[in-house]
Amino acid sequence: MAIIKADKLGVSVAKGPSLMTGAVPKNDWWDVPATFKPGNYAYPAKKEIIEYHTQKTFPSHPGLFGQPRDWDPESDDWNLPEGWEKIILNGLKERLDKFRSLKIFMDCCVRCGACADKCHFFLGTGDPKNMPVLRAELLRSVYRNDFTLGGKILGKMAGGRPMTFGVLKEWFMYFYQCTECRRCSVFCPYGIDTAEITMIGRELLHLVGVNINWIMEPAANSNRTGNHMGLQPHTFKDNIVYLCDDIEEITGIRVEPTFNRKGAEVLFITPSADVFAEPGIYTAMGYLLLFHHIGLDYTWSTYASEGGNFGLFTNNEMMKKLNGKMYAEAKRLGVKWILGGECGHMWRVLHQYMDTMNGPADFLQVPTSPITGTRFDNAASTKMVHISEFTADLIKHGKVKLDPKRNDHRTVTWHDSCNTARAMGLLDEPRYVMQNVCNNFHEMPENTIRESTFCCGSGTGLNTDEIMELRMRAGLPRANAVKYVRDRHAVDTLACVCAIDRATLTSLMNYWNPDVNVCGLSELVGNALVMEGEKERETGLRFEPLAGMEG
Amino acid sequence: MRILNPFIAVLALIAVGLVAAQVPGGQALIGIVLPYLAFALFLGGVAYRVMHWAKSPVPFRIPTTCGQANSLPWIKQNKIDCPSTRLGVIARMILEVFLFRSLFRNTKAEVHEGPKLVYGSSKFLWLFAILFHYSFLVIVLRHMRLFMEPIPGFVAALEFGDGFMQIGAPVFYQTNAIFLAAIAFLFLRRVMLSNIRYISLPADYFPLFLIFGIAVTGILMRYVFRADVVAIKQLTHGLTTFAPAIAAGQISPIFFIHVFLVCALLIYFPFSKLMHMAGVFMSPTRNMINNSRMVRHINPWNDPNIKPHSYAGYEDEFREFMKEGGIPVEKE
Repeated sequence: MAIIKADKLGVSVAKGPSLMTGAVPKNDWWDVPATFKPGNYAYPAKKEIIEYHTQKTFPSHPGLFGQPRDWDPESDDWNLPEGWEKIILNGLKERLDKFRSLKIFMDCCVRCGACADKCHFFLGTGDPKNMPVLRAELLRSVYRNDFTLGGKILGKMAGGRPMTFGVLKEWFMYFYQCTECRRCSVFCPYGIDTAEITMIGRELLHLVGVNINWIMEPAANSNRTGNHMGLQPHTFKDNIVYLCDDIEEITGIRVEPTFNRKGAEVLFITPSADVFAEPGIYTAMGYLLLFHHIGLDYTWSTYASEGGNFGLFTNNEMMKKLNGKMYAEAKRLGVKWILGGECGHMWRVLHQYMDTMNGPADFLQVPTSPITGTRFDNAASTKMVHISEFTADLIKHGKVKLDPKRNDHRTVTWHDSCNTARAMGLLDEPRYVMQNVCNNFHEMPENTIRESTFCCGSGTGLNTDEIMELRMRAGLPRANAVKYVRDRHAVDTLACVCAIDRATLTSLMNYWNPDVNVCGLSELVGNALVMEGEKERETGLRFEPLAGMEG
Repeated sequence: MRILNPFIAVLALIAVGLVAAQVPGGQALIGIVLPYLAFALFLGGVAYRVMHWAKSPVPFRIPTTCGQANSLPWIKQNKIDCPSTRLGVIARMILEVFLFRSLFRNTKAEVHEGPKLVYGSSKFLWLFAILFHYSFLVIVLRHMRLFMEPIPGFVAALEFGDGFMQIGAPVFYQTNAIFLAAIAFLFLRRVMLSNIRYISLPADYFPLFLIFGIAVTGILMRYVFRADVVAIKQLTHGLTTFAPAIAAGQISPIFFIHVFLVCALLIYFPFSKLMHMAGVFMSPTRNMINNSRMVRHINPWNDPNIKPHSYAGYEDEFREFMKEGGIPVEKE
């Protein structure tokens, strides 16, 4: 689908009538219906994908994904199951009993509006229902109507709304215009986290078969083949071997990774996007070089070949199921601990959910770097270490030989990924690595980094092309902050530790700041690594000429 | 209608209070029966709501990390905004509850031509929220003089501090003015900022009007109608000693309106957003330790029957490919 040009969209964002530009809708928000038209919604899951999940992924949980069927969001008949309203309300009741967060977040909001202009979707669209407070009100109004005394007695006067098809449409629209980035929750005086609201909203939508293909198909692939892309074991391996060929061409060094090897000390898991798609593959080349450089005894797995977890964007059952492979594989291979690659939502799952869902990992040992001897006590129970923690420790102990001049052809800024920033607190480890592998580094403005970082605009499974305009709008706050350092410091590289970012920020930069490239941190590490026995490097890992080698 | 209806509701409450104060038995109803009832409902309601929340587990450890986590020993942790110990969480909660730390972070975003997004500091909401809550607290504590005999030292000290400017007789309390100004700010902000007006519900205006009504009747009682404090104290102290009595005809009707509105607030409280007072202590994104990789958090409803697609099943499907690709297999 052709998408509006950046200059026109820029005018629309800055001047078009929206709540961001001061135009207040004439109708109250509950009287503004959600209208689906091409470009403003992600395609529903294909019937066969839902059939797969119903029959193969969760035969034990009938109804978790509603009835497999074809349906069209633009139609006024979504082929919803008989009594779907009841299914939703029962589902809501069940979740109120399961999640204290939901109860508190439903009851405590005072609508102070501190969250309103913190959401990148609101900043880019000016759509009132993209203010986190209203996104939550879409669910809260139904909660009030059916689960509070005031709502039961006073109904609309108390802000209650019955569950109707119109409400369901709003849920589908706005719970898929939230990337669960948690920025609003930083600013909320009660810590109300819209990510929590959106997750539960999506769980409820699944119960009546309302879903999107861009999440459900990768989840199906991940269940069956081990990774989102559906790469089968030999293809997965072949892709990595191709990367090794490129490494050899660039450095003259042959790295020999192993796969599904029992008895390795460390199992390495990274998002599969790193293995097959630009610019993630350069990040993967960085990992390969680093592990070779330090002589790490590690293995890849084709069975647990996905770090990412689209279950996080589906429901907690799916998240647990997909995540379970990591420990299962670590146990089967008999490794001592697990090392995780660069990915945002993967690390949200690993840091805040994995041990609870699939632990205890008592068959593993507290991770200890075989190179430096550092014990990662912060991962004492989960037994999984982030590549940035691992690399920072190596650099601190002087165990890697680095030539940061190899990144002199770039001027870099740092994108904190939402999940690693606000659901983990990984902020300074990657910065430390960065400052050791490149000489030209500039921070974006303070309201746009660290815990205030802006999402790429396409997280939580929204990185699909049919909603490109929405993505470019939602990514604008990020792009705008990059533009700021590009204009002042000639920044031309946006580095991050997230696989979804690497894909989506690339589209975002192409659109708003066409001269800025996106890379993973480990690509910069790989560029800077001085390998034993290597030839003189003339290019970086993406075959771009190094500074002084342009001739 | 979002503004008018709650306004009318508060006017109606005032009217009921005014009328009830004049009918036989009405004063005893408002001055004695209702306060007991309201206080019981308030305590019971808040306790019920808190227990109702507590009944649901916290299945996952989901703190919002707002700073550097506990990591390698040489990386400086932000021990308050990203706490890895109970002490850190206590510090975080103290700052949140007493100083509204998260609200202090507030910024205001603007979009300019370009497009260019700008984020400015915006502390007014924080400032007036602080003023509102603290002056409310001081006013409530000052009222303890009416319920206690002898008057506790801290109450006398508070009164003295609050009236240190020594203006007028009876002495003017700064908190009264600050309180009214803060309510006015919170109201005007709701009405004048377009996005806040758009999200506001009757349930947002009602407590503002109600609290405003309480403040105004209280101030009128003290400075304008000069209600008989001795008679009032006799009644209020009687309430605390469970020997309430009303000196007939000595207390001005404005007192009963004031009490009626306060009782309305107490009764309304547990059913409303005002429960944020208790909720802020229980918010899992704020009150949890960020140590989920160090200590296993237990989810009571974790379903052990959800198991990953097994390796055996995977190998069965792909064994030939794996063998051809030189990937080790379990079964040849």
